[in-house]
Amino acid sequence: MAPKTRIILICSGKGGVGKTTLTANLGIALAKQGMKTAVLDADFGLRNLDLLLGLENRIVYTAQEVLEEACRLEQALVKHKQEPNLALLPAGNPRMLEWLKPDDMKRIVNLLSAQFDYVLIDCPAGVEDGFKNAVSATKEAIVITTPEVSAVRDADRVIGLLNTHGIEPVQLVLNRVRPRMIASQEMLSVDDVTDILALPLLGLVLEDEQVIVSTNRGEPLTLNKSTSPAARCYSNIARRLEGEDIPLIDPAKEGKGLGDKFRRLMQTKIF
Amino acid sequence: MTLRDILNKLLRRQQSSATTAKERLQLVLAHDRSDLSPELLDQMRKEILEVVAKYVEIDLEEGAVSLETEDRMTALVANLPIKRVPSVNSTEKTK
Ligand SMILES: Nc1ncnc2c1ncn2[C@@H]1O[C@H](COP(=O)(O)OP(=O)(O)OP(=O)(O)O)[C@@H](O)[C@H]1O
Ligand SMILES: [Mg+2]
Repeated sequence: MAPKTRIILICSGKGGVGKTTLTANLGIALAKQGMKTAVLDADFGLRNLDLLLGLENRIVYTAQEVLEEACRLEQALVKHKQEPNLALLPAGNPRMLEWLKPDDMKRIVNLLSAQFDYVLIDCPAGVEDGFKNAVSATKEAIVITTPEVSAVRDADRVIGLLNTHGIEPVQLVLNRVRPRMIASQEMLSVDDVTDILALPLLGLVLEDEQVIVSTNRGEPLTLNKSTSPAARCYSNIARRLEGEDIPLIDPAKEGKGLGDKFRRLMQTKIF
Repeated sequence: MTLRDILNKLLRRQQSSATTAKERLQLVLAHDRSDLSPELLDQMRKEILEVVAKYVEIDLEEGAVSLETEDRMTALVANLPIKRVPSVNSTEKTK
């Protein structure tokens, strides 16, 4: 096993906050940076990573057959045509949930670590068995949340569990940030959320309609030279993972009109 | 506090929803993180007050025992205004 492999769990607690979208975009972005990257769909119940990557029609074998030794890892891995540094290990049948154990996840991840620089694990929502299996196989984690009370609360729960499992480092991604709403104080700000969760911020992702367009096509935003707001955010996150010092996008500077200036003034902290 | 919050106060308007969200989260997370149920916290509060009341006379109306959280550390914070120190102590002091 290549010891330098970075194994990163992408988790959130609450469902639907953007784990799979982040995994797909980060996977592609890291591959573009020349990193051999495997993305592992650990959401066996409701798999989606194949769809977001546009690889759904090319799946022959899955993690299940690899574990049953019915095929070799190479046979199950689906290589991305346009970005051959990226490979997907698809989730098996949902019934895998009935027998899958932490040791099974460790076996899969060990196999992947031997061949890849990065292993990104797309975690299922919740904190039950699916999450526990995935945690047992990871070294580091990215917790993704949106600036909403329920998502932040669930993220906090997950962070607590990651701490008890000794996962380190744990970094935060704040998704679906809307600069205008933050400026008018109708949305928790980036500082609010990092204050509350007390995690280092790996990056934020702006709310962006292009995310939906890209999922329609099965082409993550980072794949083609998109300059949409979320695309910039995702590639910044990938570069920060590689140790580059990229300044955060300032949501306050995203709004440019006079109204936005006024909103910012109103937000100025006085005491 | 922000300019908007102050303006809202002056105009007797509600505080911004982001501020409310942050306050609510800080409270609920203090409880989540400590894993103390509201009942247990309440019982603890009563017992703490009883113990303290043995030594000093406290203002039971004003007294508060609550959980606060910062940087993932949860602290039990007791704020118990003392009305009067019982005479045993005061005589010692005057000696
Ligand atoms: N930055 C964004 N801007 C706009 N829409 C987004 C953004 N991020 C995610 N979404 C949308 O949110 C929805 C949920 O995203 P995604 O499937 O990645 O979440 P998830 O955490 O993997 O969900 P689940 O818990 O069900 O696995 C999708 O419809 C996606 O297009
Ligand atoms: Mg998902």
